[in-house]
Amino acid sequence: MEFEFPTPLTTVPSTANKTGVWRTFRPVINYEKCIRCYICWKFCPEPAISFVPGDKYPAPSEAFLKRDAVEINYDYCKGCGICANECPKGAIDFVLERGDGQ
Amino acid sequence: MKTMITGNEAAAWGARLARVKVVSAYPITPQTKVVEKIAEFIANGEMDARYIRVESEHSAMAACISAENTGVRTFTATSAHGLALMHEMLMWAAYARLPIVMAVINRAMAPPWSIWADHQDSMAQRDTGWIQIYSESNQEELDAVLMLYKICEDKDVLLPAMTMMDAFILSHTMEPVDIPDQKLVDDFLPELDLPHRLDINRPAGHGSLIMPEGPVMEYRKAMADAFAGVRDKILKVEEEFREIFGREYGGLVEEYRTEDADAIAVVSSTIASTSKEVVDRMRERGLKVGLARVRYFRPFPHRELREIAKKTDMLGVIDRSYTFGYGGALYAETKGVLYGHSDIPVKNYIMGIGGRDVTPEILEKVFMDMLKIAKDGAVDTEVEWVGLIGDERWSA
Ligand code: SF4
Ligand code: SF4
Repeated sequence: MEFEFPTPLTTVPSTANKTGVWRTFRPVINYEKCIRCYICWKFCPEPAISFVPGDKYPAPSEAFLKRDAVEINYDYCKGCGICANECPKGAIDFVLERGDGQ
Repeated sequence: MKTMITGNEAAAWGARLARVKVVSAYPITPQTKVVEKIAEFIANGEMDARYIRVESEHSAMAACISAENTGVRTFTATSAHGLALMHEMLMWAAYARLPIVMAVINRAMAPPWSIWADHQDSMAQRDTGWIQIYSESNQEELDAVLMLYKICEDKDVLLPAMTMMDAFILSHTMEPVDIPDQKLVDDFLPELDLPHRLDINRPAGHGSLIMPEGPVMEYRKAMADAFAGVRDKILKVEEEFREIFGREYGGLVEEYRTEDADAIAVVSSTIASTSKEVVDRMRERGLKVGLARVRYFRPFPHRELREIAKKTDMLGVIDRSYTFGYGGALYAETKGVLYGHSDIPVKNYIMGIGGRDVTPEILEKVFMDMLKIAKDGAVDTEVEWVGLIGDERWSA
């Protein structure tokens, strides 16, 4: 194999590597319980949790809809479980990946 | 210009004459004087370089890696625990194909603390992808720095190199050294032109993740191929060096009075100088002994050692380190390359650990032992420690 350079130089960002496939357990946010405190967002080491408009997901009550909701990006979430462990409301379930994307 | 300088100063002069642009280092005995001297050169305006002070050797190598990545020539120096702390970064430098040159002053590893010469520190780094050369004199140290930049920066090589010298025996001992003319060095050593340097006109990521199905293995093979070509570059560059500066060192292995030798010692660094003296004395008495001084341990001189084995009846390999696998590294690798090529006896002598003095008297005993093995055609024991306290057999 011939290379232009002696060491690999990448011209695509590292986000091209969809490391989410390494996940064994999947964190699933239960939006009926989530109070949008953003603690999971702060702790996610990936980071794979981002903000989305408040009305995209349901909330425990009308008032919460004014705040942005959190969303997990499963392309990059490696399934470490830190978010589920840190969530003060126990709003993140940690479920075994079945390999069918469910 | 001939002047009296220490080995440490010789290494510093090498960096200065090579017009190194970035130096990053952390002090450690017995290396400190190398970077002190460079700091002095820079402070006096005699060297146009940036000196980056850091909090550890790991950071020193990281700084050299970053600087070299921008396409400028870098230099550092360390010893023993400093080198061990660099370990991770050493592989990063090599796999990123950065032709950094570093002076390593060989010092024993602790515990117990010992600041004196042995080769445990650099032998432990033999698999990091760095070229390794062991100097025998201060002049050779200075010349090695100049030659290594030329070898390492060759487009077909692009690998880092460490040049070793024995603690105190060279690092702190003054010897007459010819400091080459800057003009001649400039003619010999062109400016670095790193093909994969960071370039704002060619934005790219360096060292990012590659999945197993990506070409990681292929890049490693390309590096192995580059390493395999280093031997010829060493010989070519040494020939050019000889033409300009009038000095030569014998390539990967310097042979000393190996003609019709009954036994040849395979040895590196300063034990070789003492051994040459002993060989001369024994030859005067009609005892046919010779010496093969291994200068380059990486790449390993397999062809040279196979040729040398053809000239004699036995090889005595002297190691100034012990690898806790089987014997010393020089011994294990020498035996490895001889397998299938030679069946002469090979014995390993472990000597000079922790700076234990290796005297002419004790070396003569080793040569006498080697001659006996040559005559018997078999070794008594494969690996022997020589010069232990209270061991009557080897006491001088
Ligand atoms: S499981 Fe880990 S990686 Fe995935 S969203 Fe939670 S904290 Fe982030
Ligand atoms: S930590 Fe729990 S409650 Fe807070 S935003 Fe995350 S999921 Fe919602």
